[in-house]
Amino acid sequence: MIPAQFEYVRPDSLAEASQVLAEDEDAKVLAGGQSLLPLLRLRLAYPSKLVDVGRLAELRGVHDRGDHVYIGALTTHDEVMRSEAVNDGCPLVALATAHVADRAIRHRGTFGGSLAHADPAGDLPAVVLALDGVFVARSAGGEREIPAAEFFVDYLENALDAGEILAGVRIPKLGPGWGFHYEKFHRTAQAWAIVGVAAAVRRSNGSIAEARIGLTNMGSTPVRAHAAEAALQGAELGDQVRRACEEAAADTEPPADLHGRPDYRRHLARVLTHRAVRAATGTP
Amino acid sequence: MPRISVTVDGITYEEDVEPRLLLVHLLRDRLGRTGTPIGCDTSNCGACTVMLDGKSAKSCSVLAVQADGCEVVTIEGLGTAGSMHPMQRAFHEEHALQCGYCTPGMVMAAIDLLRDDPDPSEDAIRQGLEGNLCRCTGYCNIVRAVRRGAQEMGQAVSTQ
Ligand SMILES: Cc1cc2nc3c(=O)[nH]c(=O)nc-3n(C[C@H](O)[C@H](O)[C@H](O)COP(=O)(O)OP(=O)(O)OC[C@H]3O[C@@H](n4cnc5c(N)ncnc54)[C@H](O)[C@@H]3O)c2cc1C
Ligand code: FES
Ligand code: FES
Repeated sequence: MIPAQFEYVRPDSLAEASQVLAEDEDAKVLAGGQSLLPLLRLRLAYPSKLVDVGRLAELRGVHDRGDHVYIGALTTHDEVMRSEAVNDGCPLVALATAHVADRAIRHRGTFGGSLAHADPAGDLPAVVLALDGVFVARSAGGEREIPAAEFFVDYLENALDAGEILAGVRIPKLGPGWGFHYEKFHRTAQAWAIVGVAAAVRRSNGSIAEARIGLTNMGSTPVRAHAAEAALQGAELGDQVRRACEEAAADTEPPADLHGRPDYRRHLARVLTHRAVRAATGTP
Repeated sequence: MPRISVTVDGITYEEDVEPRLLLVHLLRDRLGRTGTPIGCDTSNCGACTVMLDGKSAKSCSVLAVQADGCEVVTIEGLGTAGSMHPMQRAFHEEHALQCGYCTPGMVMAAIDLLRDDPDPSEDAIRQGLEGNLCRCTGYCNIVRAVRRGAQEMGQAVSTQ
């Protein structure tokens, strides 16, 4: 379908973009357009105005900042996957990004757009949540930091205020001893996760010292599997780990849709968490 | 109405466009590049794939205004009936199409894949073309065609 009419502006600076957004609550940011354009074509969204930030160089690029990696919001999925700083400093992000959509969409879709879209079925929100990323929002009023645990408010709803633009995300580096995995379950090529699990696990000798588990598509926002994380702490590799992963779906309210009922998704969360933790710890 | 400048298959056009005009509609309806088809409403099928500044993009999911100042290559910029691109010839010779609707996108996506992997394995091709759907042939002949096209393109480069 042809999208409904809207105005188009391409500001030269972030300050100007934020001004336009603050003045018109029906205006929307356009980054790569890989979520927004499908919505417009299906006439599921009717913005008054698109504010194209796609050419603002200040929002693009990856920087190694010692204790964290800063990923500019406009960095494309393709650039994230190729970035040395990402592959060295937060490999889980690179791993999971390879699961996002397909090559052509990854050429245009952006890291920040994926997160700002706040789709609980998206692969990157659960990853950034598991890694305790910090969102950097900018507006005419200055800069604000939003912890990942507060950024995802509800289905397709983020914590940005009117006039705020996501500038980038800080991903804290995890030290030596950590292993990572993203386990995505879907039935056809290039599909959204029915359920996905992001795992970061620190091993110490034959057991797990610390685990962080983020779940994709297990609620109206990405969620942390807190009960499983607690049960995994101190668990010996093998049977104890398997039992701990049984807690992965605790307190979740997964959606029901044509891909599966909530109980099926809970089952998937348990199985996939076990797979992800085993892969992250390098155990069979 | 915004005025954009876009180069398509080597020719630069200045066009006044409505912001909601999709790149694929600019190509087909305004510039006559009907070689690039539209196969879906959901950005899934990949039939509309073109090269946008050297990288594959689904032209149904790009606004014409976003392509301002960019260079687009469509299937029509690759070769002609008399002088086909090696990848087009490989699709022809390996019977990699029936109705042909998906073919322009498949060929563009295949050429894009070779930028990273000049001699892709069967697995790499299946992965690399995951954003392109064919409802007719099944994928065996398509994969074979991409292997052959890649080899012929490799030879073309090495004998230059
Ligand atoms: C066929 C298809 C399959 C896909 N499969 C997957 C998949 O398997 N996994 C997955 O995770 N994703 C998938 N995606 C989505 C893809 O990852 C998109 O690239 C991404 O969700 C949006 O990024 P974008 O830059 O294109 O954002 P846009 O579409 O431009 O914007 C998306 C939303 O975020 C807002 N926004 C964007 N940037 C900012 C910013 N800097 N500040 C504030 N707000 C902003 C916009 O206003 C809009 O509401 C798929 C998309 C398609 C079309
Ligand atoms: S028409 Fe563009 S992806 Fe289907
Ligand atoms: S040949 Fe008909 S869709 Fe591929």
